[in-house]
Amino acid sequence: MNGLAMLMAKRIGLGLITLFAVSVIIFAALELMPGDLAEQVLGQSATPETVAQFRKELGLDKAPHIRYFDWLGGALQGDFGVSLANKRSVADQLAPRFANTLFLAALAAAISVPLALTLGVLAALYRNSIFDRVANVSTLTSISSPEFFLGYVLILFLAVKNPIFPSISNISPNADFMEQLYRTMLPAITLTLVVTAHMMRMTRAAIINLLASPYIEMARLKGVPRWRVIVRHALVNALAPIINVVALNLAYLITGVVLVEVVFVYPGVGQLLVDSVSKRDLPVVQACCLIFAATYVLLNLLADVGSILSNPRLRHPR
Amino acid sequence: MQNSKHGVLLNIRDLRIEGRSGEDWTEIVHGVDLTLRRGEVMGLIGESGAGKSTIGLAAMGYARDGCRISGGKIEFDGMDLTTTPQDDLRALRGSRIAYVAQSAAASFNPSHRLIDQHTEGPMLHGISSREESEKDAIELYRRLRLPNPDEIGFRYPHQVSGGQLQRAMTAMVMSCRPDLIIFDEPTTALDVTTQIEVLASIRDIVDQFDTAALYITHDLAVVAQMADRIKVLLKGDEVEEAETREMLESPKQDYTKSLWAVRSFERPQKPPAPADAVPVVSVKNISAAYGETPVLFDVSFDIHAGRTVAVVGESGSGKSTAARCITGLLPPSSGEVMFDGEVLPADFRNRNREQLRQAQMIYQMADTALNPKKRIGEIISRPVQFYLGLKGAALKQRVDQLLDQIELEPSQYYHRYPSELSGGQKQRIGIARALAAEPKFIICDEVTSALDQLVAEGILKLLDRLQEELNLAYMFITHDLATVRSIADEVVVMRQGKVVEAGPKDVMFKPPHHPYTDLLLSSVPEMDPDWLTNLLEERGADNIGEAADV
Amino acid sequence: MSYFVLVYYGLLIAASCVTAHYKMRSPFMMLFSLTIASAFFGLLGGEDWLWGITVCAALLAAAAGLAYSFREFLGMVLNPDASYAIRSAPLTASFGLLVVLVYVVAALFAPVIAPFGEAEVIGGAYAPPDDKMILGGDQLGRDLFSRLIYGARNTVGIAFLTTLIAFVSGTLLGLVAATVGGWVDQIMSRIVDTIMAIPQLVFALLLLTIFGANMTTLILVIGFLYTPLVFRLARAVAGNIVVMDYIEAAKLRGESTWYLITREILPNAAAPLVAEFGLRFCFVFLAIAALSFLGLGIQPPTADWGSMVRENATLISFGVITPLIPAAAIALLTVSINFVVDWMLHRASGLKE
Repeated sequence: MNGLAMLMAKRIGLGLITLFAVSVIIFAALELMPGDLAEQVLGQSATPETVAQFRKELGLDKAPHIRYFDWLGGALQGDFGVSLANKRSVADQLAPRFANTLFLAALAAAISVPLALTLGVLAALYRNSIFDRVANVSTLTSISSPEFFLGYVLILFLAVKNPIFPSISNISPNADFMEQLYRTMLPAITLTLVVTAHMMRMTRAAIINLLASPYIEMARLKGVPRWRVIVRHALVNALAPIINVVALNLAYLITGVVLVEVVFVYPGVGQLLVDSVSKRDLPVVQACCLIFAATYVLLNLLADVGSILSNPRLRHPR
Repeated sequence: MQNSKHGVLLNIRDLRIEGRSGEDWTEIVHGVDLTLRRGEVMGLIGESGAGKSTIGLAAMGYARDGCRISGGKIEFDGMDLTTTPQDDLRALRGSRIAYVAQSAAASFNPSHRLIDQHTEGPMLHGISSREESEKDAIELYRRLRLPNPDEIGFRYPHQVSGGQLQRAMTAMVMSCRPDLIIFDEPTTALDVTTQIEVLASIRDIVDQFDTAALYITHDLAVVAQMADRIKVLLKGDEVEEAETREMLESPKQDYTKSLWAVRSFERPQKPPAPADAVPVVSVKNISAAYGETPVLFDVSFDIHAGRTVAVVGESGSGKSTAARCITGLLPPSSGEVMFDGEVLPADFRNRNREQLRQAQMIYQMADTALNPKKRIGEIISRPVQFYLGLKGAALKQRVDQLLDQIELEPSQYYHRYPSELSGGQKQRIGIARALAAEPKFIICDEVTSALDQLVAEGILKLLDRLQEELNLAYMFITHDLATVRSIADEVVVMRQGKVVEAGPKDVMFKPPHHPYTDLLLSSVPEMDPDWLTNLLEERGADNIGEAADV
Repeated sequence: MSYFVLVYYGLLIAASCVTAHYKMRSPFMMLFSLTIASAFFGLLGGEDWLWGITVCAALLAAAAGLAYSFREFLGMVLNPDASYAIRSAPLTASFGLLVVLVYVVAALFAPVIAPFGEAEVIGGAYAPPDDKMILGGDQLGRDLFSRLIYGARNTVGIAFLTTLIAFVSGTLLGLVAATVGGWVDQIMSRIVDTIMAIPQLVFALLLLTIFGANMTTLILVIGFLYTPLVFRLARAVAGNIVVMDYIEAAKLRGESTWYLITREILPNAAAPLVAEFGLRFCFVFLAIAALSFLGLGIQPPTADWGSMVRENATLISFGVITPLIPAAAIALLTVSINFVVDWMLHRASGLKE
């Protein structure tokens, strides 16, 4: 067990280091900005006094490394500073939107993960059948289409031509769960389409890869029925690749979420990020990036920990 | 094993199997007949591509992906397996016909304990309960002389050694007491000393339960120990079939005779080099490690011009590591390598072009030793160009000359790619590339072990001729003692990173031996069908397992 | 119930029976599942949906026919080797090839093909399609069709350039890392891991905030962000090659690192890398389209499909498909490239076995 614990500790340590490095990059990005931030934000007409005042407000007069640790310290306590655009606390703006984004991603994941795994296993089982071929072509199509294309097609057919769902997902803070579910449905379906296709293809590939191993042939030659070969001999060994597939795609949801939120005007972090980028509202951009990156790093970490745990060689050392 | 009075168990008639290449199907087994009686062991022997594994699997009504049974009848105990429904076939597999694969390490599911995989068959086929079959498993482990039979089954495959896994797999296929077992090269991946235990236990268990078996192998000596009858296959056709002794004593077909004859090539040993001669390569007290793990301990030997030193040992003995130290790929942690009396820099990156040129290497796998995207001409001309600076017509002439030397027609091969050549031809190109540098010394790393016997013999003869002509010094790394016998002048026996014994071949192959050399020599199967029986009697049946752990 | 519905089901069921009778398993399975699906959708959405299915089926059939003829055409025109390869290609691949060809032609000859200039205002805002503007006008009254053609040049051209940058730098660095190994490899890989720890689109947004959104920064930023992906791929491919004995033989011969990379490794890494170029191009293309769609990529008045979707997005709520056309143009190209790459990868793996 010692080796396993060591391995886990190492991987988690690496994750923490990565997170730290990511925070440095995101912070350093601000330093890289050509010209003076204060002058850029306040414009040419700003008087030296207002510029100085602004710099002091942002702490720009301090040394970069001190500012970095101030910023990181604040971020760890949930304080991301103040928005340049409206002077409101970034954390206050972010919190409800983060909840919305999580809800959307969770809904998409709840639909797509079981769907994709089932379809992937089926496609692997019946490979080269008509089902597999149709699945291959349609998943390729859905992967290759930009999220906004799928989104608008869904709006056209499920909101405009057949008004089943609303085309704009404006969620009020006091909407009940069913209402929220209803309004989140279209963006969630869009995300599901993209992610399911990805996950299904990767699951299929992982299982087909596995079915070629000698121990699967051995199981067949022992007279083990087909379903039992899959469940007892293939799936246990496919856990690591499948965990990876799922984590990778959940991470992919993060990128997808940004576009889908814009298409459906969904009040999430992605929408906020895009708005802030066009306003060049740096504290908000940094906060959003940090949240997305942290989620991403965390999911990759979980995937690796999962594969380590599912490896019999590591669970049962010699 | 006089079981011929029993009835016929397996009757294959005009079996045809097709394999897919791209979109087309081509026949790879062309109408083979095979009759196996109850309790009888038949050896299927042939070179790679003979179709022996494919026929073995077909005996279970099974064809791998990309293969299909296209004609003929496979009658097992009166049932035609080519027309039996899948469900009935499944009920047959494992319970009445069982299969032992070449690599037990890959054929055990890494996620389940051995005993769980053992009991799966009997439980699924409704033969016994979990408790009964667990008890039976332990009993079988005991009979197969596995260490700690009471607890070994509760380990995972990666916690058990290769030879033990192969025996555990034999135990597993016995779990349902099948009528027929297909052994598909069960000892090919094992070292010779481990092979003995597995062969002995397989033979015992087949005898005890009076099971019929198809024993598939490419090793004549092994099949001689195991089979009552032998069938020789060549490219999907039967060559001949006979009782084992009859086949060994008087093979009828030319192909079979040539197979038998391979083992007879033996070169006379050259006289030892004069005492005052400077060795071409002299390895002095080398120790080496991979990272923290020491793998080589104080190894020394000399190689003289025009002589062949064979370095012999099982996997993990450090013989290839010694070669890596000489080439400078793995700088030794202590000791030094001398070339013509001068010390070579330890790391190959610090050696000059002349030093690099003098020592060349030929690899085991010709497939990976030749760049698949380069033509033969380019492969051979590069060293000529690089070391000797030849260009244009002179270069072409030299390459043609090299191709002539390795007995390949220059005009035919110059423009081909490696993938268009056979295994033996590729190995010849590897030799030509080494010769192109005009070296004094060549390391041959298991150069014949991936080749069929006839082809290997051709390579050995070629190397021998080149040594005569060019006065080359060879370091010959091998695990195969037959190869040593045919080509070596001196032998270095290695084990676990140390030199166990060294000396001229004539001396080494005569007793008295170092105990390990003795074990190694006596473990090499011989063509005599009584060899295994005699050996086991000599060693005492109970301690073969221990013998391997000397 | 109209005649259309009767004919629709009649034909489907008849075709199912015929295929079943002649034991054509796959076509039967497809036709019969379509029949069942139609019954379901017919009940759900009425005759309109059946029309929709018919149109889709007709489009698919047309595409398949086109792909088939194109494949035959190529088979006749090309030399025997290429002809054999193309004849064994699936229809999807030849369809993909055809589409890619059309896009390349459109991009190269945009000024010749497009009836109007890129930024020329022709009619009123959101003008409906007529004889002059076959796809109608955009939000400023520019000809949508002409902008679509110019868009091929801009969007595809920029994506191609960006992919090229990412590929050249990524491949070079990856091959060096794999060949040299040791600490050089360690450092490069750690840097790449860190860059890849931030989702590409989010990182791109961050960098564009800082450097401002214009075409040059866009190309450099996306090129920079996709280099690590190519690096990893090239390193993995080369990693499998450097362990080969022929590389060891070349090293022991005393060859330079540059010779190893260009003469021994690159020729063997080329095939998988070329196939990946197609896939990476799709990713880059989608990323640029996404950024343009978000208003942070290619800036007006340059015609670009991503921004065209954004500019016309409001029309969708009136049931007008205008914004879908540029989006579909993007989807069609990426799908086609994927079809071709899929075939190439399949061929590569099939030949290995």
